[in-house]
Amino acid sequence: MASRGATVGPAVRSAGLSVLVLAVLCAVWEAYKWIGERAEIRWPFPVNERTMPHVHDMVGQLFEPSRRNGPLLIDVLLDAAAFTAKEAAVGFVLGASVGFLIAVALSQSRLLQRGFLPYIVASQTVPILAIAPMVVVGLGSKGVTGWVAVAILAAYLTFFPVAINTLRGLQSADPRALELMHSYAASRWTILWRLRVPASLPYVFSALKISATASIVGAIIGEAPSSIQEGLGGAIVNFNQYYSLEPRNLWATNIVAAALGITFFLVVAGAERVVVRRAPENVA
Amino acid sequence: MSAPPAAVSLAGVGKTFGKGAVRALEDIDLAIAPGEFVSLIGPSGCGKSTLLRIVGDLIQPSVGDVIVNGKPAHRARLDHDYGIVFQSAVLYDWRTVTKNISLPLELLGWSRGRRNERVREMVELVELSGFESHHPWQLSGGMQQRVSIARALSFDPALLLMDEPFGALDEMTRERLNMELLRIWERSGSTIVFVTHSIPEAVFLSTRVVVMSPRPGRIAGIVEVDLPQPRGAETREQPRFFELVTEVRERLAGSGAATAPTEPALVTEERV
Ligand SMILES: Nc1ncnc2c1ncn2[C@@H]1O[C@H](COP(=O)(O)OP(=O)(O)O)[C@@H](O)[C@H]1O
Ligand SMILES: [Mg+2]
Repeated sequence: MASRGATVGPAVRSAGLSVLVLAVLCAVWEAYKWIGERAEIRWPFPVNERTMPHVHDMVGQLFEPSRRNGPLLIDVLLDAAAFTAKEAAVGFVLGASVGFLIAVALSQSRLLQRGFLPYIVASQTVPILAIAPMVVVGLGSKGVTGWVAVAILAAYLTFFPVAINTLRGLQSADPRALELMHSYAASRWTILWRLRVPASLPYVFSALKISATASIVGAIIGEAPSSIQEGLGGAIVNFNQYYSLEPRNLWATNIVAAALGITFFLVVAGAERVVVRRAPENVA
Repeated sequence: MSAPPAAVSLAGVGKTFGKGAVRALEDIDLAIAPGEFVSLIGPSGCGKSTLLRIVGDLIQPSVGDVIVNGKPAHRARLDHDYGIVFQSAVLYDWRTVTKNISLPLELLGWSRGRRNERVREMVELVELSGFESHHPWQLSGGMQQRVSIARALSFDPALLLMDEPFGALDEMTRERLNMELLRIWERSGSTIVFVTHSIPEAVFLSTRVVVMSPRPGRIAGIVEVDLPQPRGAETREQPRFFELVTEVRERLAGSGAATAPTEPALVTEERV
């Protein structure tokens, strides 16, 4: 018989666990700071109020006015987060779609795979900071608004894991299941949609979870060379300049950025629970 | 008087894998009449699965002709003339029992109404009522294999190819499914080609047992099973059943197949 405690949904339990881990991390931060300040730790960095503000100070900073008589910092940051989320979401959808289509195309021919896969891998060795200005300036000269260019940078980080994992997933179908399809004289197309794609979904979603956060990183990093001020990237650049005066602003921004990444991740994980049906022991 | 076209006709069939490295089958001549239940038995690696795949046009023979339902095997596959069942059920995890059974019907373009009706019949036939909306991982091995059989039969193929379908199941489940399979065979009137490595199972089910020799696989002998139809639990207790089991075993031994030392299960099984 299951006890009452055991019937609590796994989602609730994992949420509880996450809160616990967060609490432990905060405690470790505070403990390191406490010891570091007293023992005068200098390596790898000197521990003081500037390098490691109190956790409650960082959170508290969110509810201070962002400037004299201005709105609260959290309101400013939430607006920025919404802007960055828009860029990231568009980039995510674009990148995931492109990645999926690339994988489907490559799965249809070994020759294509051998020809193109190395370049797809190589694309990720080019640092985003190197291509960001090219994309922004290039698209800007075509009259494309800045945030769209940033979305494309986010897509650039997003498509790769999706393409690689989906390709693996499409090739993961059981050989017997393929034989079964051949016994029905199923076409290549039917096999793709009835067997390969459904079999690939667990792989696709594990990539989407990576890409969900990668798209946020792409959007934040992309904002800097695009001189976009409205997003979290702009806020980070801005607060970074005034770090020695007010370190807590930057940390508060980091908290919001992390929360945005977690939100994206949870949305994808939620979609996965709805879409992917398979044996519980196989669920990643 | 001309005989009806054979359900399966193999003439001079041979199969060599990989540039002559593995000679899997040689000189296979076999004609199976419509409505027959033919078992292929032989030591593991003798080419039983290969032969079944050749009949199903899933692989090509290196030499020889394969005629299924009076047409080339390739044509027969395109015409959906056969259903196939593997040792593992090969169900799609993301589909329910109902949806697994209706997969071939979807591919054949049956209307939803017709599909639902047929799936209902099939679920009843293999006694899975109440499990329609279960997913494969929620079923026992025996139930999964029943779904796989229902799927193979759903579109009424004239021929059923079965590759050790009950090999992974426990003895009790296996015997129950043997009975069910016979009932289904009697009702549907289809032809069954059944691969097994259990001698009693082959004798119990079949009208003929084809004994194969070790590599390269050849037909070492054919045993006509003249046990009365319909068969039931009492069939396994008839003296004639034991005589036939012994005959198949001797054919296997005579063909050079290792029996007693490597396959003691075959010896004890006949008392069950
Ligand atoms: N695709 C393949 N490539 C190479 N050798 C194979 C292949 N399929 C089967 N064989 C070989 O052919 C022989 C017969 O295999 P199989 O038909 O599976 O035997 P059985 O089903 O009787 O156990 C074996 O020696 C096996 O290793
Ligand atoms: Mg086999």
